[in-house]
Amino acid sequence: MLHGPAAELKEDKSIVRKTRLGLWLFFIYLAIYAGFVIIATFFPSMMGAEVLGGQNLAVVYGMTLIVLALVMGLIYNFFCNKYEQQMNEEDAS
Amino acid sequence: MIYEVSTLAIVIFLFFVVTVIGLSLYFGNKTKSASSYYAAGGKIHWAVNGIAFAGDYLSAASFLGICGMIAFYGYDGFVYSIGFLAGWMVALFIVAEPMKRMGKYTFADALDSKFNSRAIKLTAAISTLVVSVFYLIPQMVGAGAIMLPLLGFPHWVGVTLVGAIVIIIVATAGMTSTTYVQFIKGGLLIIFSTVIAFYIFQNGLNLKPTKDYHDFITLNAQVAEGNITAVEDDSYTIESQHNFENVVLVKLSKDGIPTWWKLNIKDDKASLEEALAITITADGAHLYNGEVQAAGRFYQVGHFNKIIIDGKEVESTGPVGAMEFLKLVEDSEIVRFSKKIIFDKNEKITVFYQNITLGKDIMKPGLYYKLDKGATAWSKIDFISLMLALFLGTAALPHILIRYYTVPDQRSARRSTILAIAAIGFFYVLTLFIGTGAMVGGGLDVESSNMSAPLLAKTFGIVLFSIVSALAFATILGTVSGLIVASAGAVAHDLMDNYFKIEMSDHAKVKAGKITSVVVGIIAIILGIIFKDQNVSFLVGLAFAIAASANLPAIIMILFWKKTTAKGISWAIVVGMVSSLGLILLSPTMYEIYGLPAKSAPIPLQNPGIITIPLGFLVLYLVSLFTYVKRSKTDKDTVSVIAE
Repeated sequence: MLHGPAAELKEDKSIVRKTRLGLWLFFIYLAIYAGFVIIATFFPSMMGAEVLGGQNLAVVYGMTLIVLALVMGLIYNFFCNKYEQQMNEEDAS
Repeated sequence: MIYEVSTLAIVIFLFFVVTVIGLSLYFGNKTKSASSYYAAGGKIHWAVNGIAFAGDYLSAASFLGICGMIAFYGYDGFVYSIGFLAGWMVALFIVAEPMKRMGKYTFADALDSKFNSRAIKLTAAISTLVVSVFYLIPQMVGAGAIMLPLLGFPHWVGVTLVGAIVIIIVATAGMTSTTYVQFIKGGLLIIFSTVIAFYIFQNGLNLKPTKDYHDFITLNAQVAEGNITAVEDDSYTIESQHNFENVVLVKLSKDGIPTWWKLNIKDDKASLEEALAITITADGAHLYNGEVQAAGRFYQVGHFNKIIIDGKEVESTGPVGAMEFLKLVEDSEIVRFSKKIIFDKNEKITVFYQNITLGKDIMKPGLYYKLDKGATAWSKIDFISLMLALFLGTAALPHILIRYYTVPDQRSARRSTILAIAAIGFFYVLTLFIGTGAMVGGGLDVESSNMSAPLLAKTFGIVLFSIVSALAFATILGTVSGLIVASAGAVAHDLMDNYFKIEMSDHAKVKAGKITSVVVGIIAIILGIIFKDQNVSFLVGLAFAIAASANLPAIIMILFWKKTTAKGISWAIVVGMVSSLGLILLSPTMYEIYGLPAKSAPIPLQNPGIITIPLGFLVLYLVSLFTYVKRSKTDKDTVSVIAE
């Protein structure tokens, strides 16, 4: 049975670098997310402490996790585009 | 009366339905090949796909469930928002591009791309069906639940109507029409959630949330040795008193209508605080605050006890900024409604009494999950387990993964994921404001937490309420369509075509998909009627746990471990699926559903992920290790992306 993508894909030489970058960013985000879960579970009173602009840690940490997801996504996309351009074009020339 | 059938809501709903069906029929004429049916021909623009992701992912559990949970329990509901969004990081950084590279129509294709194993095809297809069906049930139950109060139809009509519309969407043009329905729904959901948030900030904080908000009465009372003996207003008759560990409830009656009150004793002075009550009489009739529902004695609630700005109490604040809103809620005192069930003279009475809660306790975790006061080791493990399943579940949901096959290339897959994160993240930030806004703005129906977002919209006017109600249906339509496409792909493509190797032309494959869609749609309708009384968000959480346990170990290991074998993958899927299902069936919540005491459940865990996800990885590792050694000389197909 034939497998493979529904649309034909061009060869991509930048897979290894993109995967490595993705893994790094994933582990960074995982560590920050784990920090949230650990504080909420084992040091719950800390979540009520005022940290920034009158907001408590729970609100600041939660909002940061959401905003950070987008920021890290954009960083990932920026470098992936760069790798794809560099490595695939270099190879073509 | 909380719910009145709104003509405008019905008109908007019908307009949406006609548009969606028209769109489906239009695309249906163009959908001839299997590729266009299952993967929209791989031609969807990344921006459309990104918003469609949001439309696919933001299900009834997000819009109705999370907003409602925040409205009832504060920050603990927001934890779902955080976990559901964090899951997209796994999807973006690890799963998106390889899925696009390796698959064709379904996630089973991707897992099987290097092996051509019948075991993988079978197990991945079954797991797709199990996860999708678990995800379908709460959507259909949600459809029925909101149909009754909003449009006045009974539960089964709501379920059947949603089922029928979705069958038309999916059976005509498959993934193409599904994508556009999800795109429209995702866009509208974000726009109108923003509008609701704007109203919240514009109205500011008010002790009386709306003009016609109910004035809660407090009566002075006399007490002797803890028992109530007299009430200041002698038109009331004392009927009975019910003492609980943390609250004393009193039944009075006036003009023959029973009412329920909470007894407060402070500095030797006793008073009675008005409560809400739903009574189920011996003959099965439901009474709302002592009368039939049509009498209109039940009302929306949710208000401040005190609004405090810089240490001073105020009646209202005027317009506020977003972060200022959260800060003011944190500094103030809110009246929540706690529930007690009383059996009295062959009647079952659910009393919702006022429970003054400090804003600082509402704006941090702990009101729903036992993490601080009264926490046990199991309650903490349960919380970690939930957060783990939310984080790892997203990237393992088949109906989300199939979206990667609708775009032309990896770059589009990546870009659409980032747009999805932006849209979904923005929506999840809004859930905190909408939920808290409903909690303090009279947006609660104490009977159903799922209705908080539409009821908050109702306090801002009937037009917004009608739009938001119609949107709630659209939310369900979009997600159910995606789930049915995923199920149809699993049956027609993975099972019929690939596993049983039934010879089919391209045209026949499309036909098989359409027939499957109709069958799965009918099954969804039946399940939606059977599971009528189940809790919506509980079931969605379970779908995440099953997806994370059954699918994620296979997806991750095939990408990053060279020695992964076909047997390892299929065994991991089977063990992950069976163990997570098994633990769910033995959980305290399920024991309550069986009518057994929750404490008698063998494992006091509601969320199985913390045991079953590592188990899935372990099984894959051990089975692969065993089968790889035996086959290593001939099997050159086990690969990893890194090795490429």
